[in-house]
Amino acid sequence: MPATISTSVQPELRESIVMTEPHVAALAVQKAYRKGEHSVPVLHGVDISAQKGEFLSIIGQSGSGKSTLMHLIGLLDSPDVGEVQLEGQRIDDLPVRTRDELRNRVFGFVFQFYHLLPELSLMENVLTPLMIRHSIWNYWTHRREFQDRAKEMIDRVGLGHRLTHRPSELSGGEMQRAAIARALVAQPQILLADEPTGNLDAKTGRGIIDLMSRLNEHEQLTIIMVTHDKSIAAEAHRTVRLCEGRIETLTEDA
Amino acid sequence: MYKLLLCQRYLRTRYIALASIVSVTLGVATMIVVNSVMAGFGSEMRSRIQGILSDIIVETRSMNGEFDPEGYKIRIRELVGKYITGVTATVEVHAILSYKYMGDYIPHPINLVGIDPESKSEVGPLIDYLQSYHRQKDEDREVPAERDRTEQVSWNLSPIALARRQEKAEYFRQMEKLREQMRAQREKDEVESATGDPFSEEAPTAELEETLGQMQTGRLYVGVGLATYMGIDPETKKQRTYEMIRPGDDVRITTYSAGTPAPKYFVATVVDTFKTGMSEYDSNLVYCNLEQLQDVRGMIRRNEDGTETRAFTSLQIKLKNYKDAPKVIEILKANFPAENFNVNTWEQRQGPLLAAVDVESSILNILLFLIITVAGFGILAIFFMIVVEKTRDIGILKALGASSSGVMSIFLTYGLLLGMVGAGAGVGVGLLFVYYINQIETFITFVTGREVFPEKIYYFKDIPTHVDPFTVCWVAFGAVMIAVLASVLPARRASRLRPVQALRYE
Repeated sequence: MPATISTSVQPELRESIVMTEPHVAALAVQKAYRKGEHSVPVLHGVDISAQKGEFLSIIGQSGSGKSTLMHLIGLLDSPDVGEVQLEGQRIDDLPVRTRDELRNRVFGFVFQFYHLLPELSLMENVLTPLMIRHSIWNYWTHRREFQDRAKEMIDRVGLGHRLTHRPSELSGGEMQRAAIARALVAQPQILLADEPTGNLDAKTGRGIIDLMSRLNEHEQLTIIMVTHDKSIAAEAHRTVRLCEGRIETLTEDA
Repeated sequence: MYKLLLCQRYLRTRYIALASIVSVTLGVATMIVVNSVMAGFGSEMRSRIQGILSDIIVETRSMNGEFDPEGYKIRIRELVGKYITGVTATVEVHAILSYKYMGDYIPHPINLVGIDPESKSEVGPLIDYLQSYHRQKDEDREVPAERDRTEQVSWNLSPIALARRQEKAEYFRQMEKLREQMRAQREKDEVESATGDPFSEEAPTAELEETLGQMQTGRLYVGVGLATYMGIDPETKKQRTYEMIRPGDDVRITTYSAGTPAPKYFVATVVDTFKTGMSEYDSNLVYCNLEQLQDVRGMIRRNEDGTETRAFTSLQIKLKNYKDAPKVIEILKANFPAENFNVNTWEQRQGPLLAAVDVESSILNILLFLIITVAGFGILAIFFMIVVEKTRDIGILKALGASSSGVMSIFLTYGLLLGMVGAGAGVGVGLLFVYYINQIETFITFVTGREVFPEKIYYFKDIPTHVDPFTVCWVAFGAVMIAVLASVLPARRASRLRPVQALRYE
């Protein structure tokens, strides 16, 4: 669709408009899914960026493409058109290995359904990103250090008493907090949260959002959160509304 | 690290996968048991053939043989003396053995081998085969050995056989006396009636009883297959051994002379029976004293100085170490002209039989390995299932930065571990089975009431087994490889899942 491309802004031009370079940005990304012979467009050219230390929330209806946008930013998927930038560098066309590395080191993911590995204990789940990052030998020699780090992170999310429990033995709120601990143990720069409160009751959800806000304040962690709940989104510095694959409104909260 | 951790957890939590490797376990165990038993039988058979044939055989091409065995023996000792422990000269010839059983003469084709027991004992374990040196099992009672193993192998009867022979001779002497009386009576009657009796011309006794009481110059060791047969006793309905020829009996041997073949026969006393465990030998082979056979066949040359030189048809050589056989063969072939002599190892003599056993074993191995391959497809199917089940986890791992090859190696490692567990268990079960095979046989016999492994048919008291570590390693390695290969396809599929695809479905 050439029309959409024309609305996108050239990166060089964009830098002159925005004073500070965004931490992470999606530029004019388009994405369509193939269902049999039909191509189902999900995103029609979306521009979105977050500054370092910003808490950005993306709000939208189900099927508006917000999860897809999140996946594109987090390199879980690659856009059909447009590009994803990290500190001004295009990252979506990097080799697979490098993208795996970036997912491990730069991005932390929190999903609506927690997505903990059922076979592993809470502690092991939290350690997974570190296990992936390091070779067996490397991990084995530093395991004390890593375990201490994981324990500290679990304590911070308030699950210090649940270290050896399996995910099936935890409540929804606890699982989501475990997922956050897992995302943070790898010391990411950007936390991508896909409906983190979607499966939780209001009170537990509030607790999760508070935890994220605290992290954002204290650690200068860039957070991009997808939600369909306005009251949750209101906690963020800035809210972007996504409707049918396009950015609709931008509200400056802070 | 996460790969090993996850594999270990999968191994502990997915029992269905463990079920899929039960077939690997069974396949490996079966292969080990079958190979061990076949190797046991094979090596037992080889040692028996080798015991009879000796290591290296120098045969004359002519059935007339060659003269001067002592000269050739000295020659052999000069040439290859450092490799050999013994050498003996024999005469091998086809013959017919006729024995009297139930009043009839029963002829039977045999291979007659003239031996000298003393030097024959140096090239093969003759004493192990002769029955009078071993205790016998007659139905349910044990009969102790008639001779002590320290006694030299000779052509003399054991005391028991000698007593039996004398008893028999006494019986015939009595019969003879009775006949004599009857004849006298008849002659008296004839005078009275003066009519001829057509039966009066009948030979008074059979030839074999002619020289009762003293032994014949021909002496024999007869194979048990010739001397006995197995049958059901009509009274007890049990299998028992019937003896047709017993030590101490006289039998007639018919063979042919050297030179222009002409029939020759002689009566010989059976001194002992022998059992090698190879039915081919036990039912065909008869050992005879060498001098008798040479005399009968006319294999003697009178020299001008009055001495005589005898002939032989083969020289049997026993080596210190069988590994030297090719070297020894080479030396002997170079020194014994090929137009007169044929130099072979026992293996070359029995080539077709040994080759048949080898082919049998390899075909069996291929078939059994197919069973493990079938197990491989079971693993393949279950792995696909596990990959589908674990789709979300794969997505999570990829979102956390795991590479495709990392995900792939989770499943490959899982396959490897499953294969190792399956093959390891199979090796354990197989070796235990082999170790306790005789107890198991006894148990099955007890449960079914039928003897699984009758000693009288197979000639083995216990089931012979031989575990070859090399074979065990290969079987285990093959099974593990099949498990790994079966997990390649599912692992590839897992590694190609894109994280979004894997995470989307809830």
